[in-house]
Amino acid sequence: MLSRTADNIYWLARYVERAEFTARIIDITSRLAALPKAYGGTGVEWESALLAVDAHDAFKEKHDVADEQTVLRFLVFDPDNPSSIRYCVERARTNARAVRTALTSDMWQAINSSWIEIRNIERAVAPFERMSRDRIDPALDAVKSMSRDFDGLAYRSMLRNDAYWFNRLGLYMERSDNTARILDVKYHVLLPETESVGGSLDYFQWTSILRAVSALTAYNWVYRQSIKPWLVADLLILRKEMPRSLVSCYDNLSRFLDDIARAYGAQGPAQRHARAMLLRLESATIEDLFRSGLHEFVTEFIDDNNRLGVLLAEQYLLN
Amino acid sequence: MLGRLGEAMVEKSFWDEMTGGAGDIRAVYARIDQWLRDTPPDILAARRSQAELLFRRIGITFAVYGSADAAERLIPFDIIPRVIAQKEWHLLEEGLIQRVKAINAFLTDIYGPREILRAGIIPADLVFQNPAFRPEMAGRRAPHDIWVHIAGIDVVRTDENEFYVLEDNARTPSGVSYMLENRDVMMRLLPDLFAAHRIAPVENYTDLLLKCLRSVAPPTASGEPSVALLTPGQFNSAYYEHSFLADRLGVELVEGSDLFVRDDVLYMRTTQGPKRVDVLYRRIDDDYLDPLVFRPDSVLGVPGILNACNAGNLTLSNAVGTGVADDKAMYTYMPEIVRFYLGQEAILKNAPTWRCRDADSLKYVLEHLHELVVKEVNGSGGYGMLVGPHATKEERERFREKLLADPANYIAQPTLSLSTCPAFVEEGIAPRHVDLRPFVLTGANGSRVVPGGLTRVAMRKGSLVVNSSQGGGTKDTWIIEDA
Repeated sequence: MLSRTADNIYWLARYVERAEFTARIIDITSRLAALPKAYGGTGVEWESALLAVDAHDAFKEKHDVADEQTVLRFLVFDPDNPSSIRYCVERARTNARAVRTALTSDMWQAINSSWIEIRNIERAVAPFERMSRDRIDPALDAVKSMSRDFDGLAYRSMLRNDAYWFNRLGLYMERSDNTARILDVKYHVLLPETESVGGSLDYFQWTSILRAVSALTAYNWVYRQSIKPWLVADLLILRKEMPRSLVSCYDNLSRFLDDIARAYGAQGPAQRHARAMLLRLESATIEDLFRSGLHEFVTEFIDDNNRLGVLLAEQYLLN
Repeated sequence: MLGRLGEAMVEKSFWDEMTGGAGDIRAVYARIDQWLRDTPPDILAARRSQAELLFRRIGITFAVYGSADAAERLIPFDIIPRVIAQKEWHLLEEGLIQRVKAINAFLTDIYGPREILRAGIIPADLVFQNPAFRPEMAGRRAPHDIWVHIAGIDVVRTDENEFYVLEDNARTPSGVSYMLENRDVMMRLLPDLFAAHRIAPVENYTDLLLKCLRSVAPPTASGEPSVALLTPGQFNSAYYEHSFLADRLGVELVEGSDLFVRDDVLYMRTTQGPKRVDVLYRRIDDDYLDPLVFRPDSVLGVPGILNACNAGNLTLSNAVGTGVADDKAMYTYMPEIVRFYLGQEAILKNAPTWRCRDADSLKYVLEHLHELVVKEVNGSGGYGMLVGPHATKEERERFREKLLADPANYIAQPTLSLSTCPAFVEEGIAPRHVDLRPFVLTGANGSRVVPGGLTRVAMRKGSLVVNSSQGGGTKDTWIIEDA
């Protein structure tokens, strides 16, 4: 496979996943922002939404105040913000268009139709000064269904060869980064002492974290007890049965990298790095992580995860 | 006889492919006629918008240069198919193969012994001063002496058995994806109408193309020659077609940056390291192909690619330098070229043409501007041409000055009475002018023409310009067994 094709497939999957993540963050932020302070509303939800999608600096270059209006516009339609839905879908489409031969036609259509839809919504919203939720909800829905369709079609219709594996690598690289970012922004409400300090004050924060990774029901199934912050962290980091957990992402990353190595007949630094990270996650306990510092762990993870991205690119995408 | 289609179908002085101009429905169109009578206009309109939706979803778009708002535009699609009887097609097919054979013989000669020049059939300066002539290719042979593997010959019809060639495209002809997608969409939209005819299939075009490309691989290629398709990239107007073809061919779609030449061998960069390419179906012009030889500022090409070709390690398809055979000045000599190499009369006629380089012709052209079509020798896509009868006085005057300034750059032809076909347009079903671009594939084992081609239709009433960049549309073309 052409290196450029692998690169396009990989980034296509990343942008699709990122677009969906931004949509999820907008969802939970709207919920939290609507909460009265007595229930854990902090008044800075829109600011932390920017942090969660790694768009805080870019935002500050354009705007002063992070409120619902400015942030929504920035996260949904800003053409230059690499985390905005519009940007991600446009880039996904550009990448898809460049590798149409490596995708099934249904996959292309999933991307292309939602691009058209988002452009239409953008045009429809343009004349209004205020962005209201019901005006942008269709855009969030379009993105979620694009991601679902794209992911499902890849699973159902792609040949199990390197094109599929690079697609999956993009998906899980982005997903592990996203889960880690939520933890990075919200780690302070997950520290054990907050429960004693705040009682159930952070309850809505915890549930919103779970919601952001579609894990509210999963939590109940796995732990069968009321929501404890350290168990939320455990679920998002160390539980393999939870599809968006860091360990689950690495389980997949390592597996698909091994598939590629087997097909190409050669292991490389990317395989070794992914395996080492998986091993560390598999052997850790949540008590260990809290003891050595949750925040330190998460920051280090984000760096290590980026490092895998670099190794992967050097090994396959930049030949 | 004409029912509600009425007299609108019969436009004076043009031969209509459905009515023959006389008002009686020709046998090949009998079922189409019945279908048009049975189908109310709102159903036709619904089918048309379904077709549009399909094209938009599949992403069959093209870019119009110099039109910023429409980076990706759909070519209008007319849902009424054009029908050609098989026996008429056979005549055309024979003529097309003959013509391409002559073009290949001509190129072998021009870059080889140049007998046609010594025989005084063609003026030497027309070859050597031609911007598409590549001195770098002089003394070179193409594998199997085939230079043009893929040709798109534009023909128009003026009567039952009269076909004229308007233009030979021997460089990187495009449009074949529309032939294939139009067929696909028609089968989906109008399955009953489709089943009522016995239509020769076009779907095997890409199979034939792949066989053809592999058959001309260089001798140093491995047993299963590796083929790739070179595109200028996704902002090229024909990018959709490039990706479509690569997909159907099952070959890599490469850009210049994916390729490099080492020791006169062409490689592509893959996830498993460099992989050799034996045959490159290139869809970029000679000028941009190799910055070491042609335009040094080109970022679309591959430095050293011509060396790989000349060292016998790579076949470029089409070969470099084929443009000298298809420009509009050389076109006028095509009957002589066919006669010289094949000892036969050309089956397909040339439109009568005045070469403005000749003083007498120039004089005639200047005196008859109002009834002629004047074209630039090297122009394409309908840019830079004058359609005399439809031009304003000012436009004609402007062209007169251009002609006087550089007469050798122009040829002129009478406005042929292009045939018309029924089309579904705003005012209902009405005759519109059409042309046809069939595609001729030539490999080591001879030439094949897939039965059909791209029919382009001038959607505006009376218009003779069918180019998509000028608002033309397309139709599916059915070659049917005798009705």
